[in-house]
Amino acid sequence: MRNVVVVGFGPAAHRFVETLTERGFGGRITVIGEEPRPAYDRVALTSYLTGKSLEDLTYPVPDGVVTRLNTRVTVIDREARVVTTADGAAEPYDVLVLATGSAPFVPPVPGAGHAFVYRTIDDLDAIRDAARGATEGVVVGGGLLGLEAADALRGLGLRTHIVEMSPWLMPRQVDEGGGSVLKGHIEGLGLSVHAGAGVKEIVTDSGGRVTGLLKPDGTLLDAQVVVFSAGVRPRDELARACGLEVGERGGVVVDEGMRTSDPAVYAIGECALAGGMVYGLVGPCFTMAEVAADRIMGGGSGFEGADLSTKLKLLGVEVAQFGAMDGALDVTYMDPVGGVYKKLFISDDARTLLGGICVGDAGPYTTLRPFVGKPLPAAPSDLLFSGSGAANLDLPDEAQVCSCNNVTAGAVRTAIADRGVTDVPGVKACTRAGTTCGSCVPMLKQLLEKSGVEISKALCEHFTYSRAELFDIIRVRGITTFSELISGHGTGRGCDICKPTVASILASLHNGHVLEGERAALQDTNDAFLANIQKNGTYSVVPRIPGGEITPDKLIVIGEVARDFGLYTKITGGQRIDLFGARVEQLPQIWRRLVDAGFESGHAYGKALRTVKSCVGSTWCRYGVQDSVGLAIALELRYRGLRAPHKLKSAVSGCARECAEARSKDFGVIATEQGWNLYVGGNGGFKPRHADLFASDLSTDELIRTIDRFVMYYIRTADRLQRTAAWIESIEGGLDHVRDVIVHDSLGLCAELDAQMAHHVATYEDEWRATIEDPEKLSRFVSFVNAPGVPDPSIVFERERDQIKPMVVTS
Amino acid sequence: MSWMTVCDYHVLLPERGACALVGGEQVAVFRTFEGEVYAIGNLDPFSGAYVLSRGIVGTRGGEPTVASPLHKQVFSLVSGVCLDDPGVRVPTYPARVAGGRVEVAAGAGPVEAADERRLVDAS
Repeated sequence: MRNVVVVGFGPAAHRFVETLTERGFGGRITVIGEEPRPAYDRVALTSYLTGKSLEDLTYPVPDGVVTRLNTRVTVIDREARVVTTADGAAEPYDVLVLATGSAPFVPPVPGAGHAFVYRTIDDLDAIRDAARGATEGVVVGGGLLGLEAADALRGLGLRTHIVEMSPWLMPRQVDEGGGSVLKGHIEGLGLSVHAGAGVKEIVTDSGGRVTGLLKPDGTLLDAQVVVFSAGVRPRDELARACGLEVGERGGVVVDEGMRTSDPAVYAIGECALAGGMVYGLVGPCFTMAEVAADRIMGGGSGFEGADLSTKLKLLGVEVAQFGAMDGALDVTYMDPVGGVYKKLFISDDARTLLGGICVGDAGPYTTLRPFVGKPLPAAPSDLLFSGSGAANLDLPDEAQVCSCNNVTAGAVRTAIADRGVTDVPGVKACTRAGTTCGSCVPMLKQLLEKSGVEISKALCEHFTYSRAELFDIIRVRGITTFSELISGHGTGRGCDICKPTVASILASLHNGHVLEGERAALQDTNDAFLANIQKNGTYSVVPRIPGGEITPDKLIVIGEVARDFGLYTKITGGQRIDLFGARVEQLPQIWRRLVDAGFESGHAYGKALRTVKSCVGSTWCRYGVQDSVGLAIALELRYRGLRAPHKLKSAVSGCARECAEARSKDFGVIATEQGWNLYVGGNGGFKPRHADLFASDLSTDELIRTIDRFVMYYIRTADRLQRTAAWIESIEGGLDHVRDVIVHDSLGLCAELDAQMAHHVATYEDEWRATIEDPEKLSRFVSFVNAPGVPDPSIVFERERDQIKPMVVTS
Repeated sequence: MSWMTVCDYHVLLPERGACALVGGEQVAVFRTFEGEVYAIGNLDPFSGAYVLSRGIVGTRGGEPTVASPLHKQVFSLVSGVCLDDPGVRVPTYPARVAGGRVEVAAGAGPVEAADERRLVDAS
């Protein structure tokens, strides 16, 4: 088999080609998609309107896969095994895979052609354009996608109506009681819900502009934007035209191996009719893609239907449904005031769990979904009311934990037992569980905990506490020295792990000089000599150049210092200059010259803020919309010297072209027409990661307050040497939790975080200036304590490209 | 073997080291929290750089140690043995405090016996 051709390039097609390439398929794979771009994450579509870039959402195309984008297939000739595209090109196949997806259903009412649908990036671009200058919008359809679309319209600043045919919202996920609680939530956000209502006409003015939606009862809703999100229909037209068997109500009929009525043609995803069902959720579609790939590689796996349980957070409200939506018995908890509705369906003998519905609190979904069809693990009232009490349930091995990727509790346990996995990222890498929607991550944690994997949080042999716990002990008890801490809360005299960690915590909490008193003995060599050690025992020196802006006079000083001390110079990635090859006794002399010229420590040696990089911004750049250099300097001066669990990097870009590469930073800022967008959790390095959008269109004051809190919350709770990306990943609730804490003050911490940052800003002093003014500290900067003037004879240089380079002398 | 004065005792900070030239050799001298002094070779055998005096002083299972500032291998201040790689050992030298000064035995070369201990005179 040489040629596999895939028609359609959505998530299912992507998963199919990804699986096929991973399995080592040797032939040619061609994917033909009618959109002008490769597959992207449709589940996260709405995030495109709130700042995620297309690049973030786009799945990587596996190496070797040929893509033909912006290309529509017009004819399938099954006899000749050739597909023809609209441009007349022919693509021969040995195996054809239909992954044509579905199309939004638009009811045939007058004016419907003026309405939008909500499925592709192009649809969202069109809605965003139409929303400019509009004040009101209507979404037709109150299901899962309809509420997403309504959230999007609301986010675009429109007063939003939702029109739903059924008597309540989300009729496929919740019952009437849940629907009424959900309605309360949504109306509380200022949206209007019109349930049990239909559409008679989309009303337009003489210029063809939409002015409203007319309901069958004659009432008119004013709206300039109307979006249909009232269900989808499988795209089976190509299959019909070439005579493949299709279902009565649409969908390409497939067997359990995803094969259509023609053995050379497979169908996967939303266009397939498997076991009489069309599936619109990403989990089953991914499974179909994997089954088809397995069959093509000679495997025997089959698609046996799928769990249609869903858990989502729409408009800030958790909604979840699992298992059956009815049963002989049911137990309901309803709190219209708190906006919580939970219901369990149980068999008539009151022993077996059949399903459940949750609105406002999806807790039971996480704990109970794996028990569907199994004996109730506890009394129903306990399960509904005890909340976390249910977290101690033992899942049977065959219980499905991750429905997106079809991973069972047994598979997770096997990964833990046989492959030595000890943390959630390890489980994700090994089993794929938790990598799509993430809703099962709390369950993965439980499985890890219950497996007996001892996840020791002890920092080292001297402390049984984690860094975050030590931070709290030091903060709450007002501890100011390492000796006080270790005598009361540890054993021995510390090591190269706990000492720098405690030094960093003391610096974060109290500021003060890092070489003062006992603290001098806690520092790593870099902090002890306020410079970066290099492979031959010499140090490099990095003066701070805030925002990368420097005067010619200061540049000349750096050049002169480097020349006079014979140092190697290199421009760093953070827009400053590194001077290499200084012996310890030269450091004070070098810094005396630099301090006299107005330079300060750049803290390149510390786990601290490094630089805030900037592009040239609106002052010079014809594209810039804000003064990125001015902001970068302000941020760098504000956070300079702030010690943290790991180094912190930042950048400010003056427009969306992002020349400062802010999204590769721990906190990055990108200018918008209205203010600033803040991104957090990015880094380069071993595992590069783009920062995620945290808040949009902030004023400068709002931006600084948000960064203050973000950084302080990170300093307070992160592990040792854990960068912001890993920190966010490790927190239950992830970025949403961090946002709750520092934007909505859910823990009541903000005043304290603000005060801590204010203390840092008020008490900052340049530690190099303080050092050269203190003879006692200066006396430590010698190569030999008994021969202070003698340079270390082991340090020898040779020359390369007109500069020095270390020569390693072997004795 | 003759004792050579390296520096005043108070110049050595608790739990920090300093390097001295003793008979042409680089010797790293350390003071522990309890006030004892130790001397080992300053050459880090893993990196080839003369840096051990600038490492972090601590304990492992009660034994005083220093960690190389380059790649963090931990050495016993008592025996010179690398506790992360016991096949590697750095030389140790007799060291003591006498008359308020830190002294290292010069000329005798490094001590071979692992149990040779520093002498303490905290006066």
